[in-house]
Amino acid sequence: MKTQHTAGASSFSFPEPVYVESAASIVSKKEGEGPLAGYFDRICPDPMFGTKTWEGAESALQRETASLAIQKAGYSPKDIRMVLAGDLLAQTTASSFGAAGLDIPFYGLYGACSTMGEALALGAMCVSGGFGKHVACVTSSHFASAEKEFRFPLGYGNQRPFSATWTVTGSGAVILGDRPPALSVDNAMRTDAGCVALSGITTGRLVDFGFKDSLNMGACMAPAACDTIFQNLQDFHRSPGDYDQILTGDLGVIGTKILLDLLRKKGIDLSENHSDCGLLIFNCQSQDTHSGGSGCGCSAVVLASYILPKIASGEWKRVLFVPTGALLSKVSFNEGESIPGIAHGVVLEHREAEE
Amino acid sequence: MNAVSQKQKRKQKAYSDYVKQITPTHSLPLNMLRAFVTGGGICVLGQLILGVARGRGLDTDTAGTWCSVILIFLSVLLTGLNIYPKIGQFGGAGGLVPITGFANSVAASAIEFRAEGQVFGIGCKIFTIAGPVILYGILSSWILGIIYYILKLTGVM
Repeated sequence: MKTQHTAGASSFSFPEPVYVESAASIVSKKEGEGPLAGYFDRICPDPMFGTKTWEGAESALQRETASLAIQKAGYSPKDIRMVLAGDLLAQTTASSFGAAGLDIPFYGLYGACSTMGEALALGAMCVSGGFGKHVACVTSSHFASAEKEFRFPLGYGNQRPFSATWTVTGSGAVILGDRPPALSVDNAMRTDAGCVALSGITTGRLVDFGFKDSLNMGACMAPAACDTIFQNLQDFHRSPGDYDQILTGDLGVIGTKILLDLLRKKGIDLSENHSDCGLLIFNCQSQDTHSGGSGCGCSAVVLASYILPKIASGEWKRVLFVPTGALLSKVSFNEGESIPGIAHGVVLEHREAEE
Repeated sequence: MNAVSQKQKRKQKAYSDYVKQITPTHSLPLNMLRAFVTGGGICVLGQLILGVARGRGLDTDTAGTWCSVILIFLSVLLTGLNIYPKIGQFGGAGGLVPITGFANSVAASAIEFRAEGQVFGIGCKIFTIAGPVILYGILSSWILGIIYYILKLTGVM
């Protein structure tokens, strides 16, 4: 029988650490006016990204971000064994016309806004299992294409409820590899202090509390985040204090409150070291985003621009990254189905420089 | 089986109630005031156009047509300039219910789906939002017509 690396009921750890070789993030104007403006690699003021359609714009954005990450790691596309990419559009077309266009073997993923977690988990398994030295994980979302896919045309004068989140226009890309990156001025994933290693994963379960309001995604996903975080702590025999930060994807104001309440009921207090990418990326009051940012791009750009550099520099030693997704479609919603949530847990650790 | 699903339903209901309780909503009186001001403003504008048209010697029907045409044109123009969404976000139903709201929903769809082509984009999807209003508007006028016809036959009216 093969050696198993599983931990507890739904987690696993890697026998050899999988390293983050580089990370890139590109966002649009509104994100560039938010609190994280100084962290992104590029802020593109043109929401069309030089194309004629919203879908084309998202693809261009995603391809550009993937290329940038590859370039930052000092590679060319042919060095990358495979790319795992996902987005929010039907049939994940932003990826098919985006990162897939780099002529790298391609797997398309869908995990709604949790896709970055899914990509990192599968990418790390590939690297750890010896199926590729360098694997790219890329996700993107675009405010306009997501509104078109899930809600109303942009010009329609409807009123957004306070529970609604604002889809982030942005793309994040991470290159995973079997060895730490070399020191380079362009690459924040390697500092004098060390680098970032991906040490474990908790695969999320579908969690459905029968909630049906698609304009309150935080409430749809918070139970899933709670389940995954609780499972991660159980599986690895840890307490919240073992993590410097536990970062959820896009629960927003309401989802965060629910998550903290649900975990408190299970006897876990997360109020000290929890943050939410959706709350970090926008200033909800001044930018009128209501509950916060969302989308596969939200957690991905915050991870690439803000979280990973802090781990590489050693400011944070161990972080649990939990992107959350609401698995609905326009059809399932119209047919009266509930909105199940999912969240994947990714354990990221600071590794000291060996040389 | 039944007991389990009953229990689950209760749990779902409890969660839904809890979420409702912690989710902030727009203040109803404030929203009503905004809707009144926005919708009222649009109607005042309509009345103004009507007055001017009548003042120029047009009969009521023709003046009414001019009023509708100008309001629709303004709404479509403001949609194209991305101003109408802001009116809708502020005024809620006040921006939605008048004829301008209907025009906005048609124009917004046309702009959004233009990229998918004249036939499958604009042609098929222009009434994505307005479609139900048209369908059920016609259906209800049809039903009212029948009621009117019966009342007339029976001599009530």
